[in-house]
Amino acid sequence: MSNEGRSYTLRIWRQKNRNTPGKLVDYKVTNISPGSSFLEMLDLLNEDLVAKGEEAIAFDNDCREGICGMCSLTINGIPHGPERRTTVCQLHMRKFEDGAVITIEPFRAKPFPIVKDLVVDRSAFDRIIQAGGFISVRTGGVPDANAIAIPKDVADVAMDAAACIGCGACVAACKNSSAMLFTSAKASQLNRLPQGQAEKDRRVLLMISQLDKEGFGSCTNYGECQAVCPKGITLDHIAKMHRDYAVASFKNVFGKVL
Amino acid sequence: MNLDSKIPSGAIGEKWVNHKFSTKLVNPANKRKYKVIVVGSGLAGASAAATLGELGYQVLCFCYQDSPRRAHSIAAQGGINAAKNYQNDGDSVYRLFYDTVKGGDFRSREANVHRLAEVSCNIIDQCVAQGVPFAREYGGLLDNRSFGGAQVSRTFYARGQTGQQLLLGAYSALERQIGLGTVKMYTRHEMLDLVVEDGRAVGIVTRNMVTGAVEPWAADAVLLCTGGYSNVFFLSTNATGCNVTAAYRAYKKGAGFANPCFTQIHPTCIPQHGDQQSKLTLMSESLRNDGRIWVPKSREDAAAIRAGKKSPNDIPEADRDYYLERKYPSFGNLAPRDISSRAAKEACDDKRGVANTGFGVYLDFKDAINRLGQPKIEERYGNLFEMYERITGVDAYKEPMQIYPAPHYTMGGLWVDYNLMTTIPGCFALGEANFSDHGANRLGASALMQGLADGYFVIPYTLGGYLAGLGLASAGKNSPESPAFKASLEYVKERTSKFLSIKGKRTPRSLHQELGHIMWEACGMAREASVLEKAIEAIPHLREEFWKNVTVTGSGEELNQQLEMAGRVADFLEFGELMCRDALARDESCGCHLRVEHQYPDGEAKRDDEKFAHVAVWEYKGDNVTPVRNTEPLTYENVHFAVRSYK
Repeated sequence: MSNEGRSYTLRIWRQKNRNTPGKLVDYKVTNISPGSSFLEMLDLLNEDLVAKGEEAIAFDNDCREGICGMCSLTINGIPHGPERRTTVCQLHMRKFEDGAVITIEPFRAKPFPIVKDLVVDRSAFDRIIQAGGFISVRTGGVPDANAIAIPKDVADVAMDAAACIGCGACVAACKNSSAMLFTSAKASQLNRLPQGQAEKDRRVLLMISQLDKEGFGSCTNYGECQAVCPKGITLDHIAKMHRDYAVASFKNVFGKVL
Repeated sequence: MNLDSKIPSGAIGEKWVNHKFSTKLVNPANKRKYKVIVVGSGLAGASAAATLGELGYQVLCFCYQDSPRRAHSIAAQGGINAAKNYQNDGDSVYRLFYDTVKGGDFRSREANVHRLAEVSCNIIDQCVAQGVPFAREYGGLLDNRSFGGAQVSRTFYARGQTGQQLLLGAYSALERQIGLGTVKMYTRHEMLDLVVEDGRAVGIVTRNMVTGAVEPWAADAVLLCTGGYSNVFFLSTNATGCNVTAAYRAYKKGAGFANPCFTQIHPTCIPQHGDQQSKLTLMSESLRNDGRIWVPKSREDAAAIRAGKKSPNDIPEADRDYYLERKYPSFGNLAPRDISSRAAKEACDDKRGVANTGFGVYLDFKDAINRLGQPKIEERYGNLFEMYERITGVDAYKEPMQIYPAPHYTMGGLWVDYNLMTTIPGCFALGEANFSDHGANRLGASALMQGLADGYFVIPYTLGGYLAGLGLASAGKNSPESPAFKASLEYVKERTSKFLSIKGKRTPRSLHQELGHIMWEACGMAREASVLEKAIEAIPHLREEFWKNVTVTGSGEELNQQLEMAGRVADFLEFGELMCRDALARDESCGCHLRVEHQYPDGEAKRDDEKFAHVAVWEYKGDNVTPVRNTEPLTYENVHFAVRSYK
């Protein structure tokens, strides 16, 4: 592993707040170790800016292990950047050639208003979960964990769906700003499991209704969401949710669901 | 300081049952009259907020992230322990209790630990019912794996992301309550003070991190579920936002801080790459089930590897030192964390370390791959191998991983009694934020267990007891207009403007880095009186430097991450000193706390049960005044003092 420092030109979106127009501003960084993460590079840039008395660039991040879903940068037009199945916080500078020009923008989507610079408001996702992304159980009033046998393949697919970190890259990548991949990941996880059957129909009807209220667009099967998803969530969860939605809507016509 | 632990009477297995029965209840119709603040939305916070909301209390929950789902519990990888004995391998509530007390090196409170072991089974039931997709066997029943410090397989897991799945389960339950209106959620709010009136906690003051508004929130009780303080070391496996501020504010308002020097150094983290590093990454301890840890037997081989002249695959079996297997044959690579970490440090101090810094050891899967085939290893740890490759650029199926210990978890925390109440009535601490269950060393897969035990199964009972004791007359009557709230608001606003007005030359991060260096040297894996004394002298100077020379750009009326960082670093600069004082005063070794003056010839920690079988509880006495060390004696009626042996 070579350790010599690299230099980059960063073209970064700066925006004071939601109501002020933003613009791209160029910054130079030098002496970046290829072993540094992308966010460590931004930390260093911020150190330089603060030392000069300029305002640091705001960007969301927390765990820096690719699991909390807080980091949300669009790098050279791709949410989470060029490496597949990788969040920005896990992206390392060895992937960028010395001297490269890198454009850094927030996750862009109408339902994700910009808070400042690269920070966006993704609270719409929480409201989708509030609508139906749960199994209604009381604390304590539950059967023994091994009372229900769940075939391994069902549990595995549910786990594939449950791996979603709620980062919103799927929305940022979609031309329609659709949140179907996010929503279907939760709906598919719960609707596949025996524990989730009782609320299966309500769940999809309520979650999709909330998704519409938040202003997310429809899914037109471009598949960009799947391509950028850092956790490899696949389109078949959307297909599963569509099927569940069709059945639930049909039942609902006869007043049996909501 | 009143340190009545309120341990119920009776045999160890009956205490919790009796206590639940004798604790007063709040009538269902009256619960809605009480307001409860929950700070933090990790496993402890989310499970507590969801359960209390479901019971009917008015709950206000705060987190500093943009969504409660981001809390750092989400990063736990390996699993969660429970005494289900589904494997028929001899597990029981008593064995989990015994292992935890022993693993904690006799510095935890027996009654609390037993309760934790009792409710562990309920947690698994609860999570499965919520739809947490735990790993299963082909027959459809739950699978288990083994973890450090235990000889049974009692760890439940969801691939390498158990913490994520458990947190999302609790988050779903929380969001459901938010949707139902029983919990009000405040994201991007940071708690900056605890408000105490007439000796009771009556609320908090927060800063809205988007608008900068400093606001008062009154309630009948405050639950601090704010995690640990490993970030005092600057480099740790914690999320960048993790901080001690909430707990430290409570300490300054009179809550005792217990065993602050008990910090866990996790043996399997990716070694540091250089000075640009902002955080360290953990590789799950579960890897130690199949990976074998070694360094070269000779310094020459190690030097050749560091220089890039040899690769680990060039070192023949006979020249490798599988030091954990050699020193601890019965536990081998699954020796507890403190022991494994120290053994790695020893090997590296002996100049047999690898990685370009010399601070790394190998975790090798070659034998497991030969035995089980690569697909099986991929199935078990695929995501961890991928993560390792992303960070280091090395394919661990072909070349052993390099690992090194890093700060990871803090057993110390706010002192709580059996009801999880701090020394301030009405202020409770749950999960990693309290001190009670893990003693001087936490076993793997027990943090998730404790967070959920406290939130789902303990606080719903014990909080009721406190609120019922307050009586209905005052329920929900604390006013955010009272003088105590005004004083707290004033204090927070003044402090914020002070940060912005210094306009010095040093960034908050650079000062944090400097503190981290002092802490790691003095209060890291090995501690020594003379070094601790120097640190206790050095930290106040650094603090002075901070208050004279820090620079915080931007304003207080907007999203300002530099300002947030400055506040957290300012608290770490005080708290670090407290940790060193605690480490100095505990003139023995136990668990994670190795005082080089006190060790057996083979390097094992030498406890002094005569003098130190107690909890050290620090009491704040004013800024720049030496705090007072109080003690709560620990008695062991069931598990008898013994030198831990994992040989």
